[in-house]
Order: sequence, then structure tokens, then C-alpha cells
Amino acid sequence: MGHEGGVGAREWIESWPVYRQLTGDDPLGRGVAARSARTDAKQARTTQADRVTKSVCPFCAVGCGQQIFTRNGEVTHIEGDPDSPISRGRLCPKGSSTLSLVTSPQRADKVRYRRPHGTGWEDLDLETAVDMIADRVLATRAATWQDVDDKGRRLNRTMGIASLGGATLDNEENYLMKKLYTALGAIQIENQARI
Amino acid sequence: MAEAHPVGFQWVMEAKRRGATVIHVDPRFTRTSAMADLYVPIRAGTDIAFLGGLINHVLSTGTYFEEYVRAYTNAPMIVRKDFRDTEDLDGLFSGFHEQSARYDVRSWQYAGADVEASAGRRDELAGPPSEAGGPGGHEAADAEQAGSGGAPFRGTPTRDDSMQNPRCVFQVLKRHFARYTPEMVHEICGIPPETFARVADALVRNSGRERTTTFAYAVGWTHHTVGVQYIRTASILQSLLGNVGRPGGGILALRGHASIQGSTDIPTLYDLLPGYIPMPNAQREQNLTDFVEANAGDKGFWGDMDAYVVSLLKAWFGDAATKENDFCFDHLPRLDGDHSTFHTVMAQIEGKAPGYFVIGENPAVGTANSRMQRLGLANLEWLVVRDLNMIETATFWKDGPEIETGELRTEDIGTEVFFLPAAAHTEKDGTFTNTQRLLQWRHKAIEPTGDRRSDLWFYYRLGRRIKDKLAASSDPRDRPVQDLTWDYPLHGSGDRAEPVAESVLREINGTGPDGRALSGYTELRADGSTTCGCWIYSGVYADEVNQSARRKPAAEQDLVAAEWGWAWPMNRRILYNRASADPEGRPWSERKAYMWWDAEAGRWAGRDVVDFPATTPPDYVPPEGARAAAAIGGAEPFVMQSDGRAWLFAPAGLADGPMPAHYEPDESPVGNALYPKQRANPARRRFDRPGNRSHPEPDTAAAGVFPFVFTTFRVTEQHTAGGMSRWSGYLNELQPAMFLEVSPELAAERGLHHGAWAHVVTARSAVEGRVLVTERATPLRAGGRTVHQIGIPWHWGPNGLSTGDAANELLGVTLDPNVHIMETKAATCDIVAGRRPRGPALVEYLAAYRRRAGLEETP
Repeated sequence: MGHEGGVGAREWIESWPVYRQLTGDDPLGRGVAARSARTDAKQARTTQADRVTKSVCPFCAVGCGQQIFTRNGEVTHIEGDPDSPISRGRLCPKGSSTLSLVTSPQRADKVRYRRPHGTGWEDLDLETAVDMIADRVLATRAATWQDVDDKGRRLNRTMGIASLGGATLDNEENYLMKKLYTALGAIQIENQARI
Repeated sequence: MAEAHPVGFQWVMEAKRRGATVIHVDPRFTRTSAMADLYVPIRAGTDIAFLGGLINHVLSTGTYFEEYVRAYTNAPMIVRKDFRDTEDLDGLFSGFHEQSARYDVRSWQYAGADVEASAGRRDELAGPPSEAGGPGGHEAADAEQAGSGGAPFRGTPTRDDSMQNPRCVFQVLKRHFARYTPEMVHEICGIPPETFARVADALVRNSGRERTTTFAYAVGWTHHTVGVQYIRTASILQSLLGNVGRPGGGILALRGHASIQGSTDIPTLYDLLPGYIPMPNAQREQNLTDFVEANAGDKGFWGDMDAYVVSLLKAWFGDAATKENDFCFDHLPRLDGDHSTFHTVMAQIEGKAPGYFVIGENPAVGTANSRMQRLGLANLEWLVVRDLNMIETATFWKDGPEIETGELRTEDIGTEVFFLPAAAHTEKDGTFTNTQRLLQWRHKAIEPTGDRRSDLWFYYRLGRRIKDKLAASSDPRDRPVQDLTWDYPLHGSGDRAEPVAESVLREINGTGPDGRALSGYTELRADGSTTCGCWIYSGVYADEVNQSARRKPAAEQDLVAAEWGWAWPMNRRILYNRASADPEGRPWSERKAYMWWDAEAGRWAGRDVVDFPATTPPDYVPPEGARAAAAIGGAEPFVMQSDGRAWLFAPAGLADGPMPAHYEPDESPVGNALYPKQRANPARRRFDRPGNRSHPEPDTAAAGVFPFVFTTFRVTEQHTAGGMSRWSGYLNELQPAMFLEVSPELAAERGLHHGAWAHVVTARSAVEGRVLVTERATPLRAGGRTVHQIGIPWHWGPNGLSTGDAANELLGVTLDPNVHIMETKAATCDIVAGRRPRGPALVEYLAAYRRRAGLEETP
């Protein structure tokens, strides 16, 4: 081996984590000794993001701050928001798993329709589904409408349409739900707060 | 708390680091117990006996905060002469009607005044039960969801500020709790007197002028047939100790869903309109004036209810709502009974409620007596499910447990199912209201893909289509829909266009005569010149700024952090904070200073927004005839109560007693040691029908069929019934399977082995899981016997990455009479080694259990 070859061998030896661990000042091999060119080439998803959006954890009611990192219109990373006086940057195991909640390959992304007595799901266009639901609401409402009770007292309602849910939704969504249902005369509107 | 709200628990640890004593009371040893200074195992369902013991300790040792109690609670008020306590009537309060299992509450009122059922609740309570629940009539709706409201109140109650009158609340309370001794606590709860003494001592030492104590409860406290009275007992204790309205005090409900507080404030609940205004009821045939008269008080902030209601009607019906037509008050549908969810499910089973929307909830596994839920689903005409994942509520018709047992056949189920995928929180703008009443805005990070849409999109679209379809109708019943304001600015284009969420928040906030956003509910008027979708949220859009989106970093603020998000009402962080100062307006101590009267400036000052008329001095005495905010005396901090005081005794508003009394759970292995003649809450709501039978009474021949107690609980790594966690790889690696947690003693008694299969059996169902034998599940001595308690997590179901039986299969439905919440935290069962039978064999297996227990299944 020539001169240049000697240097190459030295670099080669020094690229061994175990050599650097034994000879350097990282005897436990948890710091610089464990680094490699591949490590150095890695970039955190947080630095690659083209946008960071402030958000709130969707699981329990503590309301921990979240930062949503996105790149090219996709969520790439979610972590705690250190600015939040509630959570100070922390997330629990559920909150830390939020990325898998929103990007799960199992997550549903298509309308599914099961006709009465059907044995399987069928495809259905979203707009058609909403239109069909509107028709069902109006038909049920018409068939079950109560103007007055048996003593002639005003009822203005249907007992044929019920709704369950709201605790996982936004205030604005709950507001539109309650507003629309009330105008329709549907009163059996409930959510997890009762359950 | 460490288990289900870990990041909230960091503040408990922070307090501990600064010297606080942390006490954890729970049937099971959890991650919270591990961090506590003192862990107190308790028999499930006996908290009123325990807290009642503490009340008795505080009263009998004179360790209550006397000045606070005299000035700020209703301790001096005199109760009516005809009131009778549980001590007088063998466990019943006066006014009980055996046949209807309901109370006539009139004898519970103050002498010299009428206190009506509270705002935010119905006033059926004021009448005798026979009027409301007559033959052929509907069940009375009792007291409803507790909100921010107190009870309307008229007249002047008689008072004895020496608190010596034998009929004053203080003396009534003292007598009521006198038998809640440490020995009784031992007998009922299984807590030894020396442990009880340590708790009592720590509590008293950490309350008073210089120190405060806080109670935190996970909402399992509400899952009892005496759930409301659990919270009441803690409220009484905290009021006696002067721990309400002060920093480091209070009773903190740790709620379990991101915006369950918001969905209570802006209620997707049957009995309420936004801001805890009750829904109108048919039985009183009220116009707007009568409605307000019956539900608003003369005094306090409920006194302006007319402004809140009219502004809501203006927000909903716009120009159509005029003074001449009562602001469209008659557009609102009327209640005439209890229309809560379990009644709806019974109606579904009977085929009377054919249409159902299920939005981000999973009743097929997430609600008690899940089988009953599915039988309801199977008897609908149409069902709409909106969720992130393909949950059990959407798939019950093809792979539900009843299909496996052969009780239902897919081809026979006529329910038409629409499953619509929902947008996630990253894919929409909007606010969550967290468990401390804080609204926090979330910004949309990305657009949802595929058919995923926000619920804002869905309901806006649905409403749009319905309005279009009814536009030409001349039927008067369609007028409310035609008049409904539904024009929101949209963003996005084409079929993706959805309302700008901030425009909805602005409507909730309300606008003034000039069309500008209001700065708070005190600006609301009853003349139709203001609009407001939810009066308690008014101010969230003050100055045309989305206050909920404020995110000034914690490091740049004090601990109150008033510039992070927005808390209702008026960005107030501690409710009733006038009570942090003494009657003269001075802080109780420098150490606990929070709000105080600044005489020079002529207004209240301090670290928070005062929960009081800001310029009302401490010595203000309301003139004769004053009403609403002007009728609040300068030393009456409880501004939502119509007497301005914290209630140790509830003269109205509750369906099952003006004070809490210990009753055993609906299902219990032991009798009631305090009131032997009233084992369980006599006013609890039962549904004694096939599929929902309660287990035999203790000390009957068949009681041994279900000899053990079980309680359901959560673990950190899963969420509720699993709809948001059972599809996540990480979480299911951490908590991969349903398990049944038992003590070594019970394992030995029943031949159960750690890691092997076992199943728990009730009259409703059998549920299997892996046995987890730990000393965290403590057998307790109670009622003269050993009571074994089994812990069962309720996160599993048949769908998702990790699957298992749903704990809710085991539970029956029996309700608290105030809020109609079911008991899930204490029930009885059997446990058997090995897996449960499958298919039709399971049906026969359960029938055999029921026969042995003497529970007939014919209606």
C-alpha cells in the first residue's frame, strides 16, 4: 500500500463505530461513535416540511397543542406544541400516535352503501349519497310528524329521526347539527356526554 | 388521571414537586396510584359513603372554613318545616311516590321562598310526579343535564347567620351525615379507619385561608345510578372547606373526548338549546314570555335569559324572527318527556324511530348493553354513519355478534346503511372546547382526500338540499326550515365547497345592531337587535378577532395564560373567582390572592377576568326590586345561583334528594349498611325488560350466581371504544389485547392463570379476555365479607387491528334519574376459566345463567 492507501485504511478503520467507541471519548457508543455517513445524511421530517400548522390533539379533553408538519399537501409528522401552556410540548402515547390515526392505510376514504337486506357493500357517489339521505330525512319526517299531542298541545316535531355523536366534533359542527335538526323538528339528538 | 389524561397529570406532578400531597382513591391501583403519596383502594360504587365520611369529619371536628361557609354558602338558610331527611324515613327523603319511583320535591325548598327547578333544566320538578307521569302520558323529564345554571328563585329565604337554628341547612347537613363515621366508611367502602384518618387529616390541613385542595375526577364518577350525587358530595365538601372559586381549588372533571365539553355547551343533546337554555316543553304550552318567566331567575346572570333566547332565535331565523311573532319561538319543537338516548334505542327496537345518524360515535360496542344498541340498529329503515374508520356500528349487519350466534340473519336486516368517511382534525378548521372550558382553534393543515369530508361540509350540504327540496312548500311545518339562516361564506370550490368555519364561530359569538361582532353576553338584548348562537360563547369573536386562535407562548405569559385560546364565559379561567376574596373584597391570604376589590379604581382587579359585575363593590346591597346582575349583592360570589350562594343543600334541581345519600349500585353483592330498607337509589331509572335484567338482590338464594364486582376502565394506549385507536399500529403493539384484571386471591379461588383465557358472565352477555393476575386488583372486606373486584378495559370490539370482546356487552342499562347516564362502573358478574362459548351455544349458556339466577326472559 502506498501513502494514499494508508490514509484510506485509516479512514476505513475510523469508520468503524466500535473503533471510535474504544479510542474516542464516547465509550458507551451512544453519541458521535455511533454516527455514520448515513446518519449524517438523514434529515428530520420536521426540517423537510414545507409548512407547520398549529392544531390540537383529537383524543381526550385535555387539549394538548399539536404541530402538524406537512410536505406537498401530505401530513408527514405530528408532534407536541412547546408553546402550549396546557401541554408544554408533551403528548401521551395516543397523542404521539396521531400521525398513524390520520395517515393509516386502513382509514376509510370511500362512501360505502348497503341496501336493505343486502349482503355486501356497494359503491355510491358522495353527492348521490347526500341527496338520498336528504330524501330519507324528509320522507321519515313526513311519515312521523306530530303537530300536537293528544291534548292538542303544540309539539312541532318528529320522533322518527335520531342522532348520536358530537363529542369528537368541532363546536361549529355541533352548532350546525343542532340548528338544522331543531328546524327539522328532530329532538332525539344526543352525544357521548350522556354516555 | 395518569392513565387516561397523562399530559394533564404533569400538573399534578408539578404540584407534588412543590410540596402538594397527592391522594388517589380508586378500586384499582393504576399509574396514578404509583405516583401518589397515598393510594386508597375503595369498593366500587361507594364514594358517597367515603366523601360523606369526610363531610362528617369536617363538620364534627369544626374544621370547615367558617367565614366562607357563613357568607358564601346556603348553610344559614332555613329549610321548610315539612322536609324530612333519610334519617327520619329509613333512607328516603320526604315526597317519595312509591309507584312512580319519583320525588315530589316541594318540601325540599327554603322556608319563605320558592326555588324553582333550575335554568338549563325542566321545571317538572316543581310539580308532583303524578301530574307528569299520569296514565297514558309520557315519562316526566325530571331534572336535566346540569349546566352553568342555578335554580330560579323568588322571594326572600329565611336565614340564621348563627347557623344554630335546627332547620338551617348547616344543622340539617350535620344530622344527615352524622352516621357517616370512619367505622361506617370501613364497613361500606373497605377503607380502614387509619387510612381514612390520613386522608381526612391531609384534606383539612390543606384547606383554609392559606391552602387549597382540588378534587379531580375522571367521568367514571358520573357512571353510577347516583352519579350526580357523587359530584354533589364533592361539591359540598369543597364548599365547606372553602375550596371553590379559589386558585388550586375546585372540582375538575377530566372529560374523555376532544370536544365533549363543547358538545355540551353547544349541545347535541335533546334537552338543551345552546348555552344551557332548556328546550321548550309541550306540557306547559308556553309562549316566549312564559318560557322565560318559568326558566329565568330574578337574580344573577340567568335573569337576562330573555336576551339570550331572543338573540339565539334571531341567529337561527334571521329576519323572519320578529317581536310580533315571538321571534319564531313556536318554530322550536317541544319535548314532553325523557327523550334521552336509551329511550330512543328502545323506540328503535320497537320500530318507532326509523332514521338514525351516528356521527363520530360507536354505540355498537361503545354503549352499555351493546346488544340492545345493535338490536336497535337492526330495526331501522336507514342509518348514516360518519367516521374515520369502518367501525362496528357500520358493519353490525354483516359481522355483528348476533350474526355469529344466529339470532339475526344479514338477509333479514332491512336497515339501509350509508357509510360516509369523515375528515380528520388535520383536515378542517374549527374549535374544540377542552375540559377546562377552553376553546382552541385548529387550523386546517391539508385538504381531505377521496370522499372524506368535514361534518361542517356534510351538515351544510344536507341542510342546503333539504332547504331546496322544501323551498316551494306551503306546509306550515316546513316554515322553520325555510326561515332557517343557512347562508355561510364558502371556501373551496365545486363539490368541495364548505362553510368558512370562522363564519360559524362568528355567528355563535353574535352580532350587534351595527352588524359587528359582540364583545360578550352582557351586550345581548331582548328586543331583536342582537344575534347570538350561544350566549356563553359570546366574546370568542370580540373585536372581529378569532380569540380562540390566540397562541401567545406559555413562556411569555403568567400561569393563568389568559392569551392562549379563549375560555367561556368572557375568557374567565376560574369560575366564581369572587370567592377568592373575603366578603370585604380582600384576598383570603396573600399566598392565595387571585381577585380583589380595588377601591381606588372602583373595580375588581386580579389575575383573571372577575366572575362578578366588575364594578359592583363588596358592600353593595341591591335595592328593592333590583333584578338580574343588579340584584347580586356585593358579597355573593355564586352569580349563576339565584341566591348567590354555593349550595350545601339543593332546594331544587335534583330528582333524587336535596343531599347525597349512600345507596348501593343497582347490582351489588352487599346490602346498604346505612339505610337497610333502601338498598339502591330509589329514584333510579330502570328498564326491566328481556335482555336488560338486573341481577338478583344480595342475600337472596340466587345472589351467588353473580358473586363478584366488576368495573370498566381505560388504559393510556387505547381510546374509548377504540374507534380512534384500534386502527393504529403503534397503539395496538402497546396494548394488543382485551384482558381481565384479577387479584391473586380471586385467581386462586376460580382457578384462573395469568396469561390464560377466562370469561366474565352477566345476565346480558359473556366476554372473554386474557387473565391478568396482579396485586393491583385488591379484594376488600365490606358488608362482613370479602368482595372481589375485576377490572375490565372497554376499548375492544370485533373490528380493527387488535380485536376482542366489548366490555359494554356485559352491562345493563339503569340510569341516574337526574341526567339519565347509565351505571357502568359497578356491577356484579361471574368469572370462569377458559374461553366463552361461541355461536348458538352462547345463547344457551346465557339462558342457563339467567335461569339459575331466576331472571325470566318473558316480557
